[in-house]
Amino acid sequence: MTNYVALSYLDLALASVFVLINAAISVALELGIHRRMFIAAVRTVVQLSLMGLLLTALFSAVSLLWTAVAASVMVVFAGREIAVRQERPLGGLWSYGIGTGCMMTGSLLVTVFALTTALRPNPWYDPKYAIPLLGMILGNAMTGIALGLQGMTTGLVAQRAAVEAQLMLGANRRTAMGPVIRLALRNALMPIINSMSVAGIVSLPGMMTGQILGGVAPADAVKYQILIMFLIAGGTGIGAMTAVIAVSNRLTDSRHRLRLDRLAPNRG
Amino acid sequence: MAAMLEIVGLHRVGLEPASFTLDRGSCMAVRGPSGAGKSLLLRAIADLDPNEGHVALDGRQRSDIPAPDWRRQVLYLPAQSGWWADTVGDHFSDWRAAVPLLNELGLPDESGAWPIARCSTGELARLALVRALMREPKVLLLDEPTAALDAATVKAVEALLRGRIKAGVSALWVTHDSLQVARVADRSLTVEAGVVRESPKS
Repeated sequence: MTNYVALSYLDLALASVFVLINAAISVALELGIHRRMFIAAVRTVVQLSLMGLLLTALFSAVSLLWTAVAASVMVVFAGREIAVRQERPLGGLWSYGIGTGCMMTGSLLVTVFALTTALRPNPWYDPKYAIPLLGMILGNAMTGIALGLQGMTTGLVAQRAAVEAQLMLGANRRTAMGPVIRLALRNALMPIINSMSVAGIVSLPGMMTGQILGGVAPADAVKYQILIMFLIAGGTGIGAMTAVIAVSNRLTDSRHRLRLDRLAPNRG
Repeated sequence: MAAMLEIVGLHRVGLEPASFTLDRGSCMAVRGPSGAGKSLLLRAIADLDPNEGHVALDGRQRSDIPAPDWRRQVLYLPAQSGWWADTVGDHFSDWRAAVPLLNELGLPDESGAWPIARCSTGELARLALVRALMREPKVLLLDEPTAALDAATVKAVEALLRGRIKAGVSALWVTHDSLQVARVADRSLTVEAGVVRESPKS
């Protein structure tokens, strides 16, 4: 695979003009986001460069231990990202714990599945396959899991009277929370359904585009992309389901009471 | 008469330990200023919030009974009713069986098709009462069941509930109306700053 155009740093500097244009718009229209735009752009450069160095080292080592360490670090960061996105987080470290736990269950399950069935690199944990695969699944499943968690916590707060009305009439907690659970899961799965619906028509997904630019035949790149889409759907579904069940357990107790006192105190 | 609901040292945040018994087929008024803990007491009996103490129904400890079964028998009717579906009828498992009771409270047969969002507070209060009675509870924990109603409807609701009490249902009835206490209750509890004590019926 040498038939691709390598980029020089000058090329990147040239493209950064667009970031500068955005910053200029922010200054001109007093949007007040030029500073954050600048920091985000710098973070992109620094984080991705570090990732590049790390991947180079990781790919040459092909060690199960180091691949696992890299995967764990990615999962932990994804869990943190889920926790900070919550409007009404659970008290203590529960949002963080549930977010990380569900990312781990959902993403690792489908990643290992793909590595041992469809891709079968040798060895199966070859970081050249495992890490990019996990990264793509994490990035997308994260959104779904964050939405699922959010849907549960805000839904139970908003629907408290409706949920408790069912409990008062003798419903068990699963039945009483049913409407909230269903809505939270629907919201969690909507993004992946939407992106599968428009794939190839509106959007050419990033990985496929990358492979084509890298010289892979479009038909092969498409197959990879379909595999990834299905894996993302699986990871999101398993992760969001686990997250919703975990929250529904945490916010009720064995006497089937709604325990909103276990949410973190409202900051707003 | 056998004691039906027995409460010993029931307490929770905002409520000092309370002890009393409620006989079968009797109605006890619960009175006291707003925010004194009347609803906290009723919610604690229904086991809707974390609480401690001994609560028993017909000699059976509450802790030995699964919470959903307990709440079906010792049913809390809040001052503000909650609704989980779009229309009135969706909240009843057997609408036709509920119709006679609804009629008794001045609600027409076709109220089942009413959207919840368009019902008045008074209509919702009566619908919630019927919804609760359909579960055939042994003990009713009534939190100002007539606060949102006009005089004629108050009479109908009182008549319906008095009939149930006469048939053996026990009730704790939160009210601010001393005339209503005289009409429906045979004993009276006062809740003040979280302290529950039996008071002379006035």
